Formats: sequence, structure tokens, C-alpha cells
Amino acid sequence: MTDVTDVTHTSDVLAPTTPDTGHEDLPDLHAPPGAGHGPEGDHAAHGHEDHGPTGILKWLTSTDHKVIGLSYMITSLILFYMAGIMALFIRLQLASPHSSLLTFGQYNELFTMHGSLMLYLFAGPFAFGGLANYVVPLQVGAPDMAFPRLNALSYWLYLTGSITMMGGFLVAGGAASFGWVAYAPLSSVQSSPGIGGDVWIMALVLTGFSAIFTGVNLVATIFYLRAPGMTMFRMPIFTWNMLVTGILILIAFPVLTSALVMLFCDRHFGTHIFTVSGCQTVTGATHFLSNGHLYPVACGSPLLWQNLFWFFGHPEVYILALPFFGIVTEVLPVFSRRPVFGYKGMVFATMAIAALSTGVWAHHMFTTGAVLLPFFSLLSLLIAVPTGIKFFNWIGTMWHGQLTFNTPMLFCIGFLLAFLMGGVTGIMLASPPIDFATHDTYFVVAHFHQVLVGTAVFAGFAGVYYWYPKMFGRMLDDTLGKWHFWLLFIGFWVTFMPQYVVGLRGMPRRVASYPSDLGWQSWNIVSTVGGFVIALSFAFLLWNFWKSWRHPIPAGDNPWDAHTLEWFTTSPPPHHNYTHLPPIRSERPTWDYNHPDAIVVPHGPHAEAVARARSKEPVG
Amino acid sequence: MVGTGLLFAGCKVPTFGEYSGATTQARSELHLWQLFFIAGLVVGGFVLLLILWAVFRYRRRSDEIPKQTQYHTLLEVSYTIVPILIVLGLFVFTVLSENKVDATPPRPAALIHVYAFQWGWEFSYPGGVKVIGQTTQDPTMVIPTGTDVQIDLKSLDVLHGFYVPEFNFSRYASPGYTTSFDFNALHTGDFRGQCTQLCGLYHSLMFFNVRAVTPAQYTTWLRTEQALVKAKPSSVPKLPSGVSGATGGTGSSTNNAGSDLYGD
Repeated sequence: MTDVTDVTHTSDVLAPTTPDTGHEDLPDLHAPPGAGHGPEGDHAAHGHEDHGPTGILKWLTSTDHKVIGLSYMITSLILFYMAGIMALFIRLQLASPHSSLLTFGQYNELFTMHGSLMLYLFAGPFAFGGLANYVVPLQVGAPDMAFPRLNALSYWLYLTGSITMMGGFLVAGGAASFGWVAYAPLSSVQSSPGIGGDVWIMALVLTGFSAIFTGVNLVATIFYLRAPGMTMFRMPIFTWNMLVTGILILIAFPVLTSALVMLFCDRHFGTHIFTVSGCQTVTGATHFLSNGHLYPVACGSPLLWQNLFWFFGHPEVYILALPFFGIVTEVLPVFSRRPVFGYKGMVFATMAIAALSTGVWAHHMFTTGAVLLPFFSLLSLLIAVPTGIKFFNWIGTMWHGQLTFNTPMLFCIGFLLAFLMGGVTGIMLASPPIDFATHDTYFVVAHFHQVLVGTAVFAGFAGVYYWYPKMFGRMLDDTLGKWHFWLLFIGFWVTFMPQYVVGLRGMPRRVASYPSDLGWQSWNIVSTVGGFVIALSFAFLLWNFWKSWRHPIPAGDNPWDAHTLEWFTTSPPPHHNYTHLPPIRSERPTWDYNHPDAIVVPHGPHAEAVARARSKEPVG
Repeated sequence: MVGTGLLFAGCKVPTFGEYSGATTQARSELHLWQLFFIAGLVVGGFVLLLILWAVFRYRRRSDEIPKQTQYHTLLEVSYTIVPILIVLGLFVFTVLSENKVDATPPRPAALIHVYAFQWGWEFSYPGGVKVIGQTTQDPTMVIPTGTDVQIDLKSLDVLHGFYVPEFNFSRYASPGYTTSFDFNALHTGDFRGQCTQLCGLYHSLMFFNVRAVTPAQYTTWLRTEQALVKAKPSSVPKLPSGVSGATGGTGSSTNNAGSDLYGD
């Protein structure tokens, strides 16, 4: 990416301004915020910040992407803990074959809400509403998101939707109980008459709009608000992935939102878009006369719901994965002290995944007997290729590095192992005959939990541990973080590996009881124990937050000796993020600034010229 | 599938947790599963070793900044091409197996209509013989071994999943359209089946059984039941006598009155 002029220019600029070339890992903690970034920094920072309300009013009225991002993250973390508690109840119920802990109805409500919370309200919003909202403007050197007020609207819609979703538990008949996929016609008003279903639809329409607005904001911000010098191929991979995620959101979420509106019409306005029974004309006739023949009134198709839902649902899987791939691609290079290996390949792999993800939705429908198996099977299998490229890039980044295992790095290693397992079983499921044998069994449950816990939890909390110092100017305790990691890591494998086994032995998903003579119980008990170990690990996260709140360890601006732009500003960043920007000559402006003599080894057709130019540059 | 079929027939490959399969289709799936499992072990194991090597070998040993290389064209091309080849190979075997599993020969020896409903099953044979059961009493589907049995599957209300673990097979029962598939049972025996697609409150209890009997037993059974239905339309089918430790003759059918409630 860096051509001749860029590099020489960089060193010209850097030589006089670099404070000391032997920059230590930790900057001076006693320095005031903004120190080292020029004298005008402090003035500008404080000049902006003192306007406007404070406290709760600030939170309510803020359009600052950092405030909104934090609100998103805190809200989604609360929902994550709630959904986790639901999972514990589910695991307790399954620890014995005919448990009377929950009724069948309560069990159906719980797994529906567990899935809905985790997928719609935690994993996505946490990534694109929370982390991306906070980090992307910082990474591209923008003062805020492109549409700050739309951003605020996004959050309030999300919060309203989330409260609506949880409100389902309070209505007569209980929360929605048709699974997070709401397959028609189980989700019809005849089969699920309670208001819970309507509340669920409303909640998702609200959060759907919230996601669409955030998608618009991300794409606009990344395309239009990049700082001078921040060309597309100098954007950090996290930002790249959020751009692609934003585009995927714009492709996928409108489909879900409109399908939900159709479902609502089916439930209340007498349409038959997804139902086949009881179709009639407005006059109540079930048949109509045409050319002397009596024809039944045309009816809807339950299969259409599956098509629409998964046309949203599979891109959604990557909306939930790409941001987390991005986090891993930020953390691994920093803790390996190397640039991202195969940066451009990584970008193209992300785009390939996104493109393929819009053409694989029917692999969720192999067992309908109504889809073209080879087409969807081939495209699904092909996704393994760009995903594999990412794996090799991650490994290549660590290769020959100097790896340190702080908490964020450990979580990334956890991600690599979890996602490897989830990915391998994913390839198996992309093959229709294997899917026929395992569809809707615990094999699938284990597969997607390994994928989603790998991404949203391992990589997601790698992001939390990584950016927390930037957000609060405080470190999280590394020892508590390691407790969190190791308990989570152990709990993860203990919980989900047995589920593959019972799945292969024929245990279907979404059952509240099961025959006691099939040998499933012992595996389920192991899985339940694992679930509680995971729960315990998350107690350490709360302890860690509490500790950093009560006994702060100052972090400084750049505690990890990181690469990307956000680590150049203060922690937390001032109101409009930057008072001063380093020259942006590669995808690692902060690293280049701190290590002017350790820039990426030149490569490509101009490599020699670059090297020659560098050898002539003045020594700073 | 022929290639892997021969390959796996020659040497005893473990089933890796999968059922060994009681139908020809299930055997075909098993071989594909074995192939994918071994491929997964090899590729996954290779990547795992690379990760572990990187993690243990490149632990930080000094403050020296490592070499800041970013690209290696040959390496990048090979880790793109090789996975594509692996995936295409897996795809070829997938299609071969899929064509076997999914084939429905034009003239099956037996045709059984299966209707799923909340929360039970109706197995409908030619001549008005119907076996119906729901949560309190599982119905049993009688099929002949060694021949093609076609199932025409449909749901009368919401989505259901017709799943027989030992057949390594499941298929949605959907309202609105009928889906067909074939079984060719390899041996006699009783096999458990269950609904796999969430279908409401009693989804957990929607069981059924499949009893595979010899073609002669099957024909005798069907003729007898057809005659009984002809003489007395409300008669309840009795199962053929058990094989391989089955529970007995009358076990798993309920009254026929239910069928009118659900219709066809």
C-alpha cells in the first residue's frame, strides 16, 4: 500500500516530531491526557467537552458515538446475562430426562427467548451498535458517526425493542414460544394465539429498524468521514469488516423486517401469506367460480417464510461473525507485534464471505425436500475457502512474532480453537446427506453454539478486554481476566462437545424431556455442568468491572503498544475524538509513529524502489 | 460414492458416533460422514497444530521487534487453491451420495402416506389401512425389508420433522405440499423415530416407531388388515409379530376415530 513517495514523506514528517524513537510499551502514566500530542491538544479537548448537560441528561440526549456505543454495549451485556440465565434453566431441565423444573410451555418460552436475546439483541447490537459504534469513527479518524442523531435514534429503538421483547414474559399467555426462527405456520395466530408472539414481532421490527439505521451510519461513516491519508486499503481490518457488515445489514435486515410485517398481517389482518389453511375471500367464500370451474382460493406458503427468514438469517450469521473476525484481526497483530499477515487477502476474504453468504440461505432448508441441494451445498462448502484464508492469515500473523498472552490475546486463541471446531462441523452440515442425518438434532445445536460462542463470546470479550482501557482510561485486571478466560474455555468444551455426541445418537433439539433409556442423560449432565462453569466464568467479568470501578489502574493512551489510530488519542477520547492526528501512511499509523524504524517490510512490484528510498532517508 | 464405498468397505472404518445405518440410503450417508469426518480430522488437525505451534513457539522471548513482513504470494495462493480443491472433492462425493439418498424410484414396492399432526402421526397404506398414534401411544410404521419403500410426507397443521436416527435421515413434514423419499431397509428390526421440528407444546413427546419385516410378512400383514378394514371400517390394525425383541403385536396403534378429525 505504501508507495515510494508515501514512505519518504512519512519519515520526513516523523523525524522532527517523534518524541523518542525508543518508545516504551507503556507511555508515561503520570502525563496528563493528550500529552505528547502537541500543546494545542488540551485546549481543544476541553473547549468542546464542557458544553451540554451532564449525568443522566447527558446520557439521554447525547449524540456522541462513544456515549451511544457504551449504552449499546451495557444494554446488550445485560441482555447477554439474562439470556445466559435462561440457558442455565434450559440446561437444568435437560439434566434429567423427565424434569419437572419447567413445564413444556415454559421451556418453549425460555429457549425461544434465549435464542432471540442472544442473536437479535446481544451478538449483533453488541458488535455493530456497541463496539463498532465506539471504535469505527476512532479508527478512521472521524469526529463522530456520519448521522449522529440517527445513531441516537438507533439506540433508543434498540432499547425500546429490547424492553418490548422482555415484556413478552409479562403478557397473558407468556412470551413467544415458537423458536427464534418463528417458523410458519407455528407462528400463526391459530397455533400461537398469545400476545407473546405479537410482542416478539414488534420487538424485532423495532430492533430491525435500529440495525438498518446503524448499517446506514457505518457505511456512510466509513465511506465519507475518513481522515486525510486514510485510504480504503489503510483502514484497519475491523473497520473493513464493519463496512462489509453494514452492507450485509442493509441487504438482510429489510427482508426480515418486511417478513415480520407480513407475519403480523397473517396473524391479525386475515392475510394468508404464510398459511395454507382457512383461506377465503373477503366475502368468506373458500372457493371461487371462474369459466364455469370452481377453484379453491389461493393460499400462502409456509415455505416462503423459511426462504425470507433465512435470506435474512444466513447473512445475519455473518453479520454476527464478521465484526468478531475483525476484533481478532485487531488483537492478534498487536500481541504478536506484527502487521496483519496478508492484509489484502483478508479484505477480499471478508468480501467473499459476504457475497457467498447471500447465496446459501437454503442450506437451512435441505430437509424441506423443496430446494436445489447441489447449488446451496456447493456455495456453503465454498465459504470454507475465505474462512480458511482468514485462519491462515491469523496464523501467519502470529508466525515469527513475539507473542504476549494478556487477556485479549487469550480470548483470541480461544476463538481460534472454538471457531475451528465449529467451522469443521459446519462443513459437514453443508453436505445435504449429513444434514439429513443431523438436522434439528443436538449436533446442529453444538455446531452453532461453537461458532457463535467462538465469535460473539470469545472474540467479543477479547474486544471488551482490548478496548476497555481506551473507553475508560483504566485497565481491567489481567489475573481476573485470565480466570474468566480459563473457566470459559473449559466450560465451553465441556458444555458443547457432549452435545455433538447426543445429537449423533438422535436427540432432537427443543425438547423439554427425552426417553431415559437411550443413554442421553449422562452426556446431558456433563453439558449442564459445563454450562455452570461458563456462568461462573462470567462472574469474574463482573468482579473485574467492579474492581476497575473501585480500584482503577490507569491505562494511559496506548497500553498495548497497538497499531491503529484509536490508540493515538487520549483514553477516553475527547468529545470529538482527536485534537491531533499522526500522519497516516499505512494501516498502522500509531505503530508507525511510535516505531518509525519498524514499518512493514516493503513488498510487491515497487518493493525495491521503496527499500532504496528508505535507505536514503535521514535518520531522525 | 462408489469409490469411498469400496474404500470403506475394504477396511473397517469406525462410524465416528454416527449410526451404522439400517437402510441402503443410510449406509451411503454413513460413508460420506466417514469421509467428511476423516477430512475434518486431517484439515482441522493440521490447522490446530499450526495454531499451537505458533502459540508455543513464538512466545515473547525478547523485546526485539520481529520482522514486519506482511505478504508471501506463493503461500497465499496455495492456501487459497488447496482449500478450493478440497472443497470441490468433498462436493463431488456429496453429490454422489445425495443422488443415492434422495432418489425416488418410479415404482416402489410399498407406498406409505405419512401425515404428521399436533402431536402424532398417521401412516396410511393402500386399501384404507391406517395406523394412527399420538403422544400417549406411539404409532408404528410397518415396512418391508429389501425393497423400495416410498414415503409421501405431509403435515396437517404446522411443520414437523420425520426423523429416524438409525436411517440417518430426516425430512420436514410441511402443510401445503407433499414431499417424497425412499427407504430400502437392509434388515428386519424395530427403529425409533421422533419429530425433530418444533411443533408446539408436546413436540418433545411426538414419537413413532418403524418396524421392518420381511416382504412376505409385510404382504400377509397388509392383506389381513385390508380385509379387516373392508369388513369393518373402524377396525384397528394390529402389528405383525415382533422381530428382534419387539414388544408384541398390539402395542402401538390407537383408535381410528381420530383420522376423521384430521382428514386427508
